[in-house]
Amino acid sequence: MTASPPPGPASPAPPPPAPAEPLLRMRGITKSFLGVRVLHGIDLDLYPGEVHALVGENGAGKSTLMKVLAGVHRADSGTVELAGSRVSFEHPVQAQRAGVATVFQEFNLLPERTVAENVFLGREPRRRGLVDGRAMERATAALLADLDLEGIAPWTRVRSLSVAEQQIVEIVKALSHDARIISMDEPTAALADHEVEVLYRIIGRLRERGVAVLYVSHRMKEIFDLAATITVLKDGDLVETVPAEGIGPAELVRRMVGRPVSSVFPERLEPRGDRVGEVRLSVRGGGNSQLDGIGFEVRGGEILGLGGLQGSGRTEVAHALFGIARFTRGEVAVDGRRIDPRSPRRAVRAGLVLVTEDRKAQGLALNQSVTANGRLVLDAVLPFGSARRVRRLPGILSSLELVTRGGNDQEVRYLSGGNQQKVVLAKWLATEPGVIVLDEPTRGIDVGAKQAVYRLMRELAASGAAIVLISSELPELIGMADRLVVLADGRIAGELPGGSTEEAVMAMATGSHGDPRADAPAAGDPRAAAPLSGGAAAGPRSGDGAGRAAGPGRRPENDLGSGPPPGAVRHTDSGSGPGPDSGGGSPARHEEAAP
Amino acid sequence: MTSPTTAPPAPRGRVPGALAALGRGGAPTVALLLALIFAVIATQNPSFFEGPPLMAFAKKAAPLVILAIGQYLVIVSGEFDLSVGSLVGAQVVIAARLIDGEEAMTLPVIGVMLAFGLLVGLVNGLVTTLLRVPSIITTLGTMLILFGAVRYWTGGAPTGALSEAFRVPGRGGVEDLPFLGQLPWALVIAAVIAVAGVLLMRSPYGRSLIATGDNDVAAAFSGVRVWRVRTLAFVGSSLLATVAAVLIGGYAGVTAQVGQGLEFTAITAVVLGGVVLGGGRGTVVAAVLGAVTVEALFTLFNQLYLPSTIQPTVQGVIIIAAVAYAARRGDLRLPERLRRRPDHPTERPLGTSRR
Repeated sequence: MTASPPPGPASPAPPPPAPAEPLLRMRGITKSFLGVRVLHGIDLDLYPGEVHALVGENGAGKSTLMKVLAGVHRADSGTVELAGSRVSFEHPVQAQRAGVATVFQEFNLLPERTVAENVFLGREPRRRGLVDGRAMERATAALLADLDLEGIAPWTRVRSLSVAEQQIVEIVKALSHDARIISMDEPTAALADHEVEVLYRIIGRLRERGVAVLYVSHRMKEIFDLAATITVLKDGDLVETVPAEGIGPAELVRRMVGRPVSSVFPERLEPRGDRVGEVRLSVRGGGNSQLDGIGFEVRGGEILGLGGLQGSGRTEVAHALFGIARFTRGEVAVDGRRIDPRSPRRAVRAGLVLVTEDRKAQGLALNQSVTANGRLVLDAVLPFGSARRVRRLPGILSSLELVTRGGNDQEVRYLSGGNQQKVVLAKWLATEPGVIVLDEPTRGIDVGAKQAVYRLMRELAASGAAIVLISSELPELIGMADRLVVLADGRIAGELPGGSTEEAVMAMATGSHGDPRADAPAAGDPRAAAPLSGGAAAGPRSGDGAGRAAGPGRRPENDLGSGPPPGAVRHTDSGSGPGPDSGGGSPARHEEAAP
Repeated sequence: MTSPTTAPPAPRGRVPGALAALGRGGAPTVALLLALIFAVIATQNPSFFEGPPLMAFAKKAAPLVILAIGQYLVIVSGEFDLSVGSLVGAQVVIAARLIDGEEAMTLPVIGVMLAFGLLVGLVNGLVTTLLRVPSIITTLGTMLILFGAVRYWTGGAPTGALSEAFRVPGRGGVEDLPFLGQLPWALVIAAVIAVAGVLLMRSPYGRSLIATGDNDVAAAFSGVRVWRVRTLAFVGSSLLATVAAVLIGGYAGVTAQVGQGLEFTAITAVVLGGVVLGGGRGTVVAAVLGAVTVEALFTLFNQLYLPSTIQPTVQGVIIIAAVAYAARRGDLRLPERLRRRPDHPTERPLGTSRR
């Protein structure tokens, strides 16, 4: 809005003041929506150069507190002091000007504009009344250089960046306001594990510069890797603020939930269905442009874990089974009958359902009621004689422990992530499927809802259903599955028994025992095209591919196949902690180690 | 308070649920507005609510109600149909030319009209869903094609004449009733269609349609044949436009201008009823109430001796105001779509690579 020149990006932060004085002091923050109190007298102190984790179940008030800080919501009562003086933000822009920046879960980037244009959106530097594009790009390049991220060219269109790179652009945008405080709402939710490394490094940089970071996440590993202090919220109340050293993950979970989570994964149940032990799903020689030689069997009562790195083909297998992207080779049989899943409709008819990984985009009609969503499949696929199944829906919903304020007429957009996931599950269970494929069923849902999903899986297995579980969280995969099939590069890398170690799974997934990648140049992999154009954007002008740290591991991995000079592949996040072993071309993936 | 057209039977035995459904569609707001307009009309013309004038009003409003229900089907599925005005005009001209005053031709020609409506709806629907042309463009094209083709065919001025039988649905009715005088067929037809519309939206098809308008990816992943559901909505809209053409032709006769601008009046009615552009929300009842309200407003303008030329201006204001109101309540879905994460894996069409 103003034509003021962009803040000097490179100005090295002044040495952090004595940590005794908090940069931000929130006291007694209270906030209600429509008479429902969502925050009750929260206190929060942020110190310069410190990462402060904010944890709690979904609905605990984390996001609301962040939004109060960001000026999106106004607190009903309570005070906020920034560097000793009292402030009250009525608008996000005010907060930004005061140096409080927020990276929300949803990106607010314009896909068709360049990185620089996005960073300086609304306050472009001007020269003689016109936008000074050069100055904008220079300033953006300086900001990126400051974070050792020269690999992202300021003139690249945001659309062509990976999700991780877009996340970085969001952070750079926040920094360009000369932020002293940055809060991040689940910044890793959309990132692959190896991409998280880059975020870690950026946060390290911010800390060195004396920026206070407020970090919201569900992932224990990240919280304990990054945070010095942890604040636990529950139902809008402040449970406590503790130093991270003084508490372990199990104890932290207990305080978030307010009860001990006796065992993380529920025990297997006594099988009782008459289909237990029969082969319910079998795939032989399945392949298409992204997959090859996919073959496995799942029996009734069994949970098969499908492991592998992001991009290894796990989701593609699920989509092929469900008729979203077809297998062009091989055969699929459900309960011994060969099927050709050409559409989700056919798959459902055959008794195979898929709980997709992206709840909001693929799973739910958000403006419709719980009931309307729950019966959608019945309406669409089995319109005749569905009355009996529709009548069972309320029972299914309550057995999933779905409790909503507005009952089943509530529109699902008002539900928490965990409750939304329960609606999705109910929708599929209403069809009484024999084979259930779950793609990241616990992503972004709170601890309590996760337990409900785990119990449900055990329950379904015991009743004779065959379950295929896809998960990026190794502990979950290993803890829930009876057997693991590991994928790499669209092929089956091997099979492991349940209860294998994470190291064994990772070794198989990265192919570090052999090197399956050498002879598989990912010809059919659609992403093979990505590094070429991505590299073209960054390479010639920056003249240095080495800075493409943001290019997630899978790109360099493909670079190996598509053959730029080795120097350009030296992408790694080298020297940053538990670094990747770039040598073998296997992407780093050391996240998700169990707490 | 309202004419019978506006009162399809409430769903049995679930009054709170029905009320909530009305609330979501914005129907109470528009019902209030309608009551207000009727009140003003009553002060200007106290005899308006005696049977015959009210029935005359219903007769005039019926075609718009039918068009609004058709438009509702398309809008709730997340699309637009701009072709209905031209289609009404084309159908009336076709009827006049083919019947040419011969009574015996009435039924066959109505059959031809329905077939033609079906064809136009299929073209709109299939071009939009299978060729992936945005519906606003598809139906704009159909609108121009029909408009030009009819002019070319008739050489500029409509020829022929409608039969007496053809004019019965638009003009006639059950005569000599106590109090009401004449119960117009148009009102009966509109009421039947409204009830059918309400029932349709409670059927599996209607539920699939509204889910498609809300999130077509989720609908497709739930086994909905999205292309089929949307195409049928376009067919429904074109068939209802054909019915409206029979009523309008019967009521007003054949002119070169017949049907002009009706698509916008229908969209105005639907939007006023609170059916959000972008799909997935709103009810048939709200669309019907919106249509009656627009017609009542025009009646009021007549009574106030305002020139009818001001009607498009008023429609424009209504469309903007209604959508702005919906946006303020946070109901509007278009911005949400734009806000989706750019280049998120799920944004890409399935089975295609990044870029």
